[in-house]
Amino acid sequence: MTRLTIPKTYKLYIGGKFPRSESGRTYEVLSTGGAFLANAAQASRKDARDAVVAARAAVGGWSGATGYNRGQVLYRIAELLEGRRAQFVDEIVAGEGVSAAVASSQVDVAIDTWIWFAGWADKYVQVAGNGNPVSGPYFNLSTPEPSGVVAVVAPSGSSLLGLVSVIAPAVVTGNTVVVIASESLPLPAISLAEVLATSDVPGGVINILTGSAAEIAPWLASHADVNGLDLAGAESLDWVELQIAAADTLKRVLAPVTGVPAPSIDRMLAFTETKTVWHTKSLI
Amino acid sequence: MSFLEYAAAPESTALLNLRDSYGLFIDGEFVDGHGTPFSSVSPATEKKIAEIATANTEDVDVAVAAARRAYERTWSKLSGADRGKYLFRIARLVQERSRELAVAESLDNGKPIKESRDVDVPLVAAWFFYYAGWADKLDYAGLGANPRALGVAAQVIPWNFPLLMLAWKIAPALAAGNTVVLKPAETTSLTALLFAEILQQADLPKGVVNIITGDGTTGELLVNHPDVNKVAFTGSTAVGKAIARSTARSGKRLTLELGGKAANIVFDDAPIDQAIEGIVNGIFFNQGHVCCAGSRLLVQENIHDEVVDRLKARLSTLRLGDPLDKNTDIGAINSREQLDRIRELSDIGDAEGAERWTAACDIPADGFWFAPTIFTKVSTSHRIAREEIFGPVLSVLTFRTPAEAIAKANNTPYGLSAGIWSDKGSKILAVADQLKAGVVWANTFNRFDPASPFGGYKESGFGREGGRHGLAAYLDPEARGLSSAPARIETPGLSSAPARTETPGLSSAPARIETKKKGATK
Repeated sequence: MTRLTIPKTYKLYIGGKFPRSESGRTYEVLSTGGAFLANAAQASRKDARDAVVAARAAVGGWSGATGYNRGQVLYRIAELLEGRRAQFVDEIVAGEGVSAAVASSQVDVAIDTWIWFAGWADKYVQVAGNGNPVSGPYFNLSTPEPSGVVAVVAPSGSSLLGLVSVIAPAVVTGNTVVVIASESLPLPAISLAEVLATSDVPGGVINILTGSAAEIAPWLASHADVNGLDLAGAESLDWVELQIAAADTLKRVLAPVTGVPAPSIDRMLAFTETKTVWHTKSLI
Repeated sequence: MSFLEYAAAPESTALLNLRDSYGLFIDGEFVDGHGTPFSSVSPATEKKIAEIATANTEDVDVAVAAARRAYERTWSKLSGADRGKYLFRIARLVQERSRELAVAESLDNGKPIKESRDVDVPLVAAWFFYYAGWADKLDYAGLGANPRALGVAAQVIPWNFPLLMLAWKIAPALAAGNTVVLKPAETTSLTALLFAEILQQADLPKGVVNIITGDGTTGELLVNHPDVNKVAFTGSTAVGKAIARSTARSGKRLTLELGGKAANIVFDDAPIDQAIEGIVNGIFFNQGHVCCAGSRLLVQENIHDEVVDRLKARLSTLRLGDPLDKNTDIGAINSREQLDRIRELSDIGDAEGAERWTAACDIPADGFWFAPTIFTKVSTSHRIAREEIFGPVLSVLTFRTPAEAIAKANNTPYGLSAGIWSDKGSKILAVADQLKAGVVWANTFNRFDPASPFGGYKESGFGREGGRHGLAAYLDPEARGLSSAPARIETPGLSSAPARTETPGLSSAPARIETKKKGATK
């Protein structure tokens, strides 16, 4: 006699907690074969706004942490993901209809992506910063800092790797994020949230919403307390309208990408601000 | 006779050789504009200086086409070393003609000759000299090997530092291998047109820089032209937002340097003599027509009265008047429109309960003038503490603790600059860390240098001008990180994974510049 399994309830991830959508809405997530996998929470405008509040509250602590500390937290995510890789392989196979081998390699790359970015945490300031030889008796130093809260539309066709590829470059520099996971492939995103919740990632640093990006993204694009907008997975949305909405508060915007964005320092620096500090030198 | 009485020492305008009217500078020549021409007046006298052409749609098309042609046929085929040589030539010509440029700038803009002569024009030459040296060293700009030029850059600049803003825009654009169509502000076109003459003397290949004049409509036509690859704008936040909206979808690279409402924070352990000078320089430099002006003075409560008293005493020694007089500290407000704006916001300051103090000084009969003004008893909710006045008006607020100073300083949608005055280094560094501002001046204010990046956080815009960072605004990096980043396609079976490609539009970017090609001729 086979044992009756315990299916998981998939909820949102906001401020380090796992609430249901305040709207009470859920939607069915199906496998590529059309089989029922789970009901995912369908996030509302209110959920998105709550997530921004949580993300904003987390900016001070996360951006104020040392790069060494943030690097270790990101590395810890990779450690835990490694330990739960079987679960992610299963979810990717079920959701994306790929072979176990393909799913397994995607998990590999997702883990390695965390590692690659983890190492940047205490280096990007050196690489992107500059001591400036100004013509006068001044100390002058430029350093990049995180922009603040970044809203992200995750790639729609890659449940885990796509998500990691947009979260990691934003948070490694000290930003906090509100991510809208792939609408059709939301389950690995919430499983990733479980990894995050146990990886020393402070609550609110990474907030994950599931549901309709078309419904939620406009509220994030126009939200005055969001500093950046990564439209990586918004290719099929009316993303120009999102970009226009973002212009009202002059958000930094990354345009949609086909597929999954490659890891690069440019994605990281897209949501940073260069601060230049001058100080007089006395004449001796 | 008090030391304030003095004999006028006006700089002669005899060395100016101005024309009665100026056309558009397109494809290396001055040509007629097809819009309705307008007069440029001296804000100190309201007298007409010259008639300036307006570029209409057709003229903008012709200018952009000239820039495109120059990009494809000439500029992108030159070696970086040769591009640099042209920029060095320009820097030298600016130095040679510096007196003439300074006089023209003060005449047209209204700023004191001591500023145009000692700040604006020397920085213009320095900017070209600095970026000239970058032209053949772009591989070292931190953007990977062989970064690519973007193509045609549309640049729209403001009236507060007409020639300096031109240099901030044109020098890095050309060094990076782009060609340019630049529109100066309507009220301050003159020195840009003199600069066009310098380009002719430098024998810069035709079409590499085109200068078109006109009002905001011309600027709008330019930034929305479908054949420009890059838009760089310095000006108001409202216009900056409009440009961000109108260029959405276009894939045009955008940098915006917009408004500010900088906090200048004075702690009770500040070097007070220097701080007073810094506060004055921070807000009364260039009549306060400075986006990064220290327009909000945050002074620690226990030294408030002393600082305000000393400020008043210092402001009472400033000389307001003829911009061409070498004694002048405060020149003319650039336009009647701006004067109206300053008066309106100052009146709102009165109405909201702040206390106005104005330096006693004679206001000339003609022209646009506003005497140095301080508002005390200002609270963070007052409009004079929130909105950019862009004039010689200082709002004074107080604070008790560093945390309160930081909170008040950051309580603005802007984030361009900030000042900190203290003799305690650890406090300065801790406060600087917390300020959301692109430039932080500690124990100094309003310092500019071509090697130093400048630009804002939040609604003060994005992108940086100056330094190595300033090049990034005009270059596309090679895709970076790929080789050293986690593998993407090596695993068998992963071919069904989504392809990883670059951002849409990148493939349509202009062909990259051959920066290492030697011996190319124009």
